[in-house]
Amino acid sequence: MDANMFVVPQTRGTVLCCKCGISMAPNPANMCVTCLRSEVDITEGLRKHVTIMHCPECSSYLQPPKTWIKAQLESKELLTFCVKRLETDLKKVRLVNAEFIWTEPHSKRIKVKLKVQKEVLNGAILEQSYVVEYVQQDHMCESCTRFQANPDQWVASVQLRQRVSHRRTFFYLEQVILKHDAAVNAIKIKQMDQGLDFFFANRSHAVKFVEFLGKVAPTKSRHDKQLVSHDPKNNSYNYKYTFSVEISPICREDLICLPPRVAASLGNLGPLVICTKVTNNITLLDPFTLRQCFLDTDQYWRHSFKSLLGSRQLVEYDVFNVEVVSPEYNLGGAKYVLADVEVARVTDYGKLFYIRTHLGHILKPGDRALGYDLYGANSNDIELDKYRGLNIPEAILIKKSYEEKRQKKRGKPRSWKLKSLDMELDESKGRAHEEKMDSEYEEFLRDLEENPELRFNLSLYRNKDYQPSEMVSVSDADDVPSVALEELLADLDLIEQEDNEDSMRE
Amino acid sequence: MATRLQFENSCDVGVFSKLTNAYCLVAIGGSENFYSAFESELADVIPVIKTSIAGTRIIGRLCAGNKKGLLVPHTTTDQELQHLRNSLPDQVVVQRIEEKLSALGNCIACNDHVALTHTDLDRETEEIIADVLGVEVFRQTIAGNILVGSYCAFSNRGGLVHPHTSIEDLDELSTLLQVPLVAGTINRGSDVIAAGMTVNDWTAFCGSDTTATELSVIESVFKLREAQPSAIVDEMRKSLIDSYV
Repeated sequence: MDANMFVVPQTRGTVLCCKCGISMAPNPANMCVTCLRSEVDITEGLRKHVTIMHCPECSSYLQPPKTWIKAQLESKELLTFCVKRLETDLKKVRLVNAEFIWTEPHSKRIKVKLKVQKEVLNGAILEQSYVVEYVQQDHMCESCTRFQANPDQWVASVQLRQRVSHRRTFFYLEQVILKHDAAVNAIKIKQMDQGLDFFFANRSHAVKFVEFLGKVAPTKSRHDKQLVSHDPKNNSYNYKYTFSVEISPICREDLICLPPRVAASLGNLGPLVICTKVTNNITLLDPFTLRQCFLDTDQYWRHSFKSLLGSRQLVEYDVFNVEVVSPEYNLGGAKYVLADVEVARVTDYGKLFYIRTHLGHILKPGDRALGYDLYGANSNDIELDKYRGLNIPEAILIKKSYEEKRQKKRGKPRSWKLKSLDMELDESKGRAHEEKMDSEYEEFLRDLEENPELRFNLSLYRNKDYQPSEMVSVSDADDVPSVALEELLADLDLIEQEDNEDSMRE
Repeated sequence: MATRLQFENSCDVGVFSKLTNAYCLVAIGGSENFYSAFESELADVIPVIKTSIAGTRIIGRLCAGNKKGLLVPHTTTDQELQHLRNSLPDQVVVQRIEEKLSALGNCIACNDHVALTHTDLDRETEEIIADVLGVEVFRQTIAGNILVGSYCAFSNRGGLVHPHTSIEDLDELSTLLQVPLVAGTINRGSDVIAAGMTVNDWTAFCGSDTTATELSVIESVFKLREAQPSAIVDEMRKSLIDSYV
């Protein structure tokens, strides 16, 4: 039907604009655009000057009443912010386009060109663009003011303590914290006697950190708050929160005499046990029966106990004879073999001991081992006294010593290194303390080399200064354990490329 | 010559007056200024009559006429009709018509030879128009609007139509009316032409909002610049004098 209809083509004529007389197509106002513009100004009544607050420290802008929005000059966020400030005006007209006009940054003026549309006179829609000038006034935002007034100002602090005489746990924790970036929100970290203090600007950061600690170490925590200021008009209170976290004093390689209750609850585990691993569970190994048990954090703190002898009291023994007694046991990934050994202390070859040890798989005659000298020790432990008729062995071996082999490597740098946390050191202790710390740190690094499972949770970095030596000894089973190159993370440094090729030649 | 004036602060002079070649009707009420404006232009040429139709002042839109006759709606009272008959010259026939569409000024646009009407006008009305006004009647629309009497104004010399009229339509209307037509506006862009102005062969009256451009368009299309009233009216005078004698 449409095809057969004859429709007269309609061409629009031109009329003269009623004001200026130029020929134009007819529109609802019957005025040319220029005349219409001169007649009607749709931007009348819209603000052309606005004042905004800017914080010079953190380059953020205030959105009243309280929010500070971080934005760079001529960025999308700034444009959104500027348009939002004009919200009330833009309800009357329709916004079509907005863009920045470049201004000198030091002039403290921001110019935005807005294009708006509005209906005028008998339904004609007029589009007009206009410029809004924002005057930037400098005003420090609250957090910057607070920081400026007192940079040490903290809101929450976490006091981490372990009541032992060494700092091995803290070296290890430092690496774990670095790996997981747990202390990234801390404003300050301070080294204290027997522990570390962490300071945070926000209570929730501190809570998160305490929870993180609970996952990597067996801890017990409590919290307190102190009123700093009080605004009676809004009923708002400012507090300082303190979290006290205590790590259990049981460390790896410690010799423990379990209290009777604990031993009974663990199935009569021989009262003398060695602690083999500490995470948020404590792993205890009975060296004579090769039984392993786990103590939960809660379980430990319910009946807490101290260790009998710590790694500082380790004594060197020389192994003369090894007789394997039992087959190889695999306990949670670690292999142990019960053996009877003949040992003597290095300092006193006169006295020979025949003892049972769990290190049958690595000890050979002629080896050196480290262990606890129970024969010569004078233990003052209450728990030990509780046991009557307990047969205490004369010595318990803990680990093999690589001291001699290390002598050869002395002075040579390791192929790997660790990063450290930025902390304030305790200045009051003096020279002797510093030396002690250094030797403890060296021992910690050795520990890392010897125990791959300890390295599991940490990040080791390639040492740029390490040069592989030409006299690489033929590897034999007794070689000093070291960290395989594959385990090392390359530092985020492009110069590392050359090192890569060097080490490959090995 | 085109004149700009106002009726009681309204620029819609075509609503309150009706101008033809033989007479001029003006609404009552308001100040005498309106009346004087017409008088000063037309007094010695054609009669200017003050009236109301159906008790209202919107006489321009209610009645339609040319030099031969005047048509008034059925709502006109007897007194008004009598007043009109008395005041108008004798050759002008005044006829009251029964028509549903009573705003005859909006429905009929005419000059002395041709008339355009609303498409829905009765057949009898059409015949009466042809009879009384002595014109040829065409049913038309202008720019899609059926109220032809509102959206165009034409005299024997030229015509002004709604600004949105297409070129084809203009051609067609021009052929029918046999006068030059132009699409334009009145009163600063208003498209209701006949409400804003009233025109005859030698003079026009527009609302005071009319811009200079619009005025120049009107003067050029209606050929008002060289128009002399005497030439046109002299013909009529002859007939008048005849009867006088």
